[in-house]
Amino acid sequence: MNTRAAMKIESEWLEVGRLEDIPRLGARVVRTPDGDIAVFRTAGDEVFALRDRCPHKGGPLSQGIVHDRAVTCPMHNWCIHLDSGEARAPDEGITNRYSVRVENGTIYLSLTPLES
Amino acid sequence: MTQKLVLIGNGMAGMRTVEELLKQDPGVYDITVFGDEPHGNYNRILLSPLLAGEKSLDDIMLNRQEWYAENGITLHAGKRVEAIDRMRRIVVAGDGTEVPYDRLILATGSRPFVIPIPGKDLPGVISFRDIRDVESMLESSRTGRHTVVIGGGLLGLEAANGLMKQGMDVTVVHLLDSLMERQLDKPAAALLKASLEARGLHFLMEARTDSILGDDRVTGVRFEDGHEIPADLVVMAVGIRPNTELAAGAGLHCERGIVVDDTMQTYDPRVYAVGECIQHRGTTYGLVAPLFEQARVCADHLARHGIARYEGSVTSTKLKVTGIDLFSAGDFSGGEGTEEIVMQDPAGGVYKKLVVRDNRIEGAVLYGDTIEGAWYFQLMREGTDISDFRDRILFGQHHLGDSGHGGQTQAVLMADDAQVCDCNGVCKGDIVNAITSKGLFTLDDVKAHTKASASCGSCTGLVEQILASTLGGDYESPEQKPLCKCTDLTHDQVRAAVRDHRLTSVHSAMHFMDWKTPDGCAACRPALNYYLISTWPEQAADDYQSRFINERAHANIQKDGTYSVIPRIFGGETSPAQLRALAEVAEKYDVPTVKITGGQRIDMLGLRKEQLPGIWGDLAEAGFVSGHAYGKAMRTVKTCVGSEWCRFGVQDSTRMGIELEKLTWGSWTPHKFKLAVSGCPRNCAEATIKDFGVVAIDSGWELHVGGNGGVKVRATDLLCRVTTEEEVLEYCGAFLQVYREEARYLERTAPWVERIGLSYVKQRVVEDEVGRKALYRRFLDSQEIYQFDPWEQRARGVDEHEFTVMRQVGA
Repeated sequence: MNTRAAMKIESEWLEVGRLEDIPRLGARVVRTPDGDIAVFRTAGDEVFALRDRCPHKGGPLSQGIVHDRAVTCPMHNWCIHLDSGEARAPDEGITNRYSVRVENGTIYLSLTPLES
Repeated sequence: MTQKLVLIGNGMAGMRTVEELLKQDPGVYDITVFGDEPHGNYNRILLSPLLAGEKSLDDIMLNRQEWYAENGITLHAGKRVEAIDRMRRIVVAGDGTEVPYDRLILATGSRPFVIPIPGKDLPGVISFRDIRDVESMLESSRTGRHTVVIGGGLLGLEAANGLMKQGMDVTVVHLLDSLMERQLDKPAAALLKASLEARGLHFLMEARTDSILGDDRVTGVRFEDGHEIPADLVVMAVGIRPNTELAAGAGLHCERGIVVDDTMQTYDPRVYAVGECIQHRGTTYGLVAPLFEQARVCADHLARHGIARYEGSVTSTKLKVTGIDLFSAGDFSGGEGTEEIVMQDPAGGVYKKLVVRDNRIEGAVLYGDTIEGAWYFQLMREGTDISDFRDRILFGQHHLGDSGHGGQTQAVLMADDAQVCDCNGVCKGDIVNAITSKGLFTLDDVKAHTKASASCGSCTGLVEQILASTLGGDYESPEQKPLCKCTDLTHDQVRAAVRDHRLTSVHSAMHFMDWKTPDGCAACRPALNYYLISTWPEQAADDYQSRFINERAHANIQKDGTYSVIPRIFGGETSPAQLRALAEVAEKYDVPTVKITGGQRIDMLGLRKEQLPGIWGDLAEAGFVSGHAYGKAMRTVKTCVGSEWCRFGVQDSTRMGIELEKLTWGSWTPHKFKLAVSGCPRNCAEATIKDFGVVAIDSGWELHVGGNGGVKVRATDLLCRVTTEEEVLEYCGAFLQVYREEARYLERTAPWVERIGLSYVKQRVVEDEVGRKALYRRFLDSQEIYQFDPWEQRARGVDEHEFTVMRQVGA
């Protein structure tokens, strides 16, 4: 968790579920009025959240294959870094990131996108 | 403590090794690079276009000096290493700079061979090797007029062409009676010579140079017969010699080149050597593709992976003269036991020759039309038996029709704004720009940067051709492609390991095979999972997270993120009750589009993921199972009505289709697998463009394999004729099983059959009865486990997380 996230006021954190609700190397969707947010779980139980739209053509990243700290979009195989939201070179593009934290196996998500 | 790595030679082979090493393991070494020339690293292949004025110096730089600093590499540009002290492990440069090493790479390249004749050292006599040579040639072209190029090989012709473009009057002098004799046979060389003459080059063939004339500067050339011609510039391009001086001076064993083993190590294990300076298994190389393979192997060992081996390269050549299309590979000289397949159209400027021994290609020479070069080269490297298609081989792989690039087959004739990749809208100019401005060498690089050929792949041959004509002869066409960037192993090696070592989970397989990434990628995980479950259907765990979304959600994802649902309708025969049930389901779920598919099934499009288990439950209740229209799996059996109704029908094709679909549904395959059954030879079910096609004949059934529609239409090959329906089922199951067990993941039956040959399929499925029955048995055993309805399971709540959102926020 970065410092910007740490400064957020406590009420911005929204409980979205348990760590085990997301399969390892998988993702789930949190549906919000402002669009879907994809919440990913890596093999090492790290959790990341990105806007569920590929910067390429808007494909749902939550449906991609997760590997290491990245997800491959199911539409045209763009690879997006989970920690930065950036497409892997030579592709260029970025998708919004959201702060997320895990406490005692419960996942909390902030609905305000981080500035990139 | 970080180990010290020193590279001597800032050229393409050495720097490629460093780049590979940085990719594989960036932190292992503290790296120092010495280069004779005062630049960063540049693309030596592009010196010809630089000379011809088609490229600028900027265009051909690969790594600028800043790049070295950014990557923490110390570059000594313009410093020549004079000595290596192997006892103290120190290299010493001409200016006294001393740098210690733990590991040393020699990449000293080659130097031009200069014929020892009088006048060879006169000003105005130069070779064609580096940027300085090009600069002095350009300098001379501004003042002088007459150029003599000694040597009618690849390098000489490229230099001659470049100087002619700079306005010089150029004569090429060649010792033999035929140009480029190491790459071309006489007919092709004659076509090339005529074409170059038409552009304005002059040739003096079978001419032996006696001396170069002039006092302070070159003025002419004299030949052994006494004949003299004027010259303001003489370019010596008669060949190159490995540069072994430094290595030999340090006591390393050298013959023609610095002798290395399969791990690129010299006789001193701390000292590696790559590139034109080496001699490996008695051979020296002067093209880029082998150099890059060596670089990869060397980096693998420096990064302490220690598994790669260099086993020598088969090379191919292209001439970098704009507008001339020429390809040469392997041994085309022929000789005892070889045959030649030749096509010659001198007026049309086309010549193709394949040299064949025991139905395997040994060499190829193509002039004028080279699009099939890459294909022939692949057949040659893989030693493919061509007997099944040798009657058509010269017409090329595309002779059956390609959709998607307007029948265009010759990259050189295309305008820069002509579209090459019609899937991604990439023009020839975009590709050429990317290759030159970003320093690309491989098809994969071009795919990644431009997306050309990254979708359907039908323009791959064209893109390879553009790559070859932009880079010249030396683009990289790997011998055996690794499965993906996560491993050096090929599909076949991975599959063999899965079988031989009883690997049964994706994770353990990656661990066993030393995968380079922690959990693979979207390319290798589905492939591995397929190899596991097809090899060990009973033992292997089907890894859910290694499946592509369609196979996880058991529906086809659409461009807007909705899904399509296609229930199985066996043999395409339906009933009012079924149709009524489908209509009710479609209305209940407010399905936006209902459509008949190409395979005679009913597709309901536009469903949200959360709706899927519900609709599946309703479909299951009405007796439907999944149509697997979303998977690398057996898809549908298309049928015509057959003898039950059709006045021409000779067998009950619909019944046969239903039986085949009941046998095969639910099986996973390397790629999608489609079947069809026609009731008579009129073939209304179009069975001859299916993976397995059945055509009824009066005496039974004809079985066809390896067809597909799509990007590259391929009609099936006839496998055999059988009499009974039981035989159709058995042969079909056996064919499916060989394909399942031996094809590479994502390889359809059409390219697979072309690769392994129809004769092989016939041997396994038709001739070997015991083998066929065993294959069929294994297929049935696998079906015991995998023939189930995934929809009904999910309607009952399996994988619920896949179909529900984690949390809904707000309205």
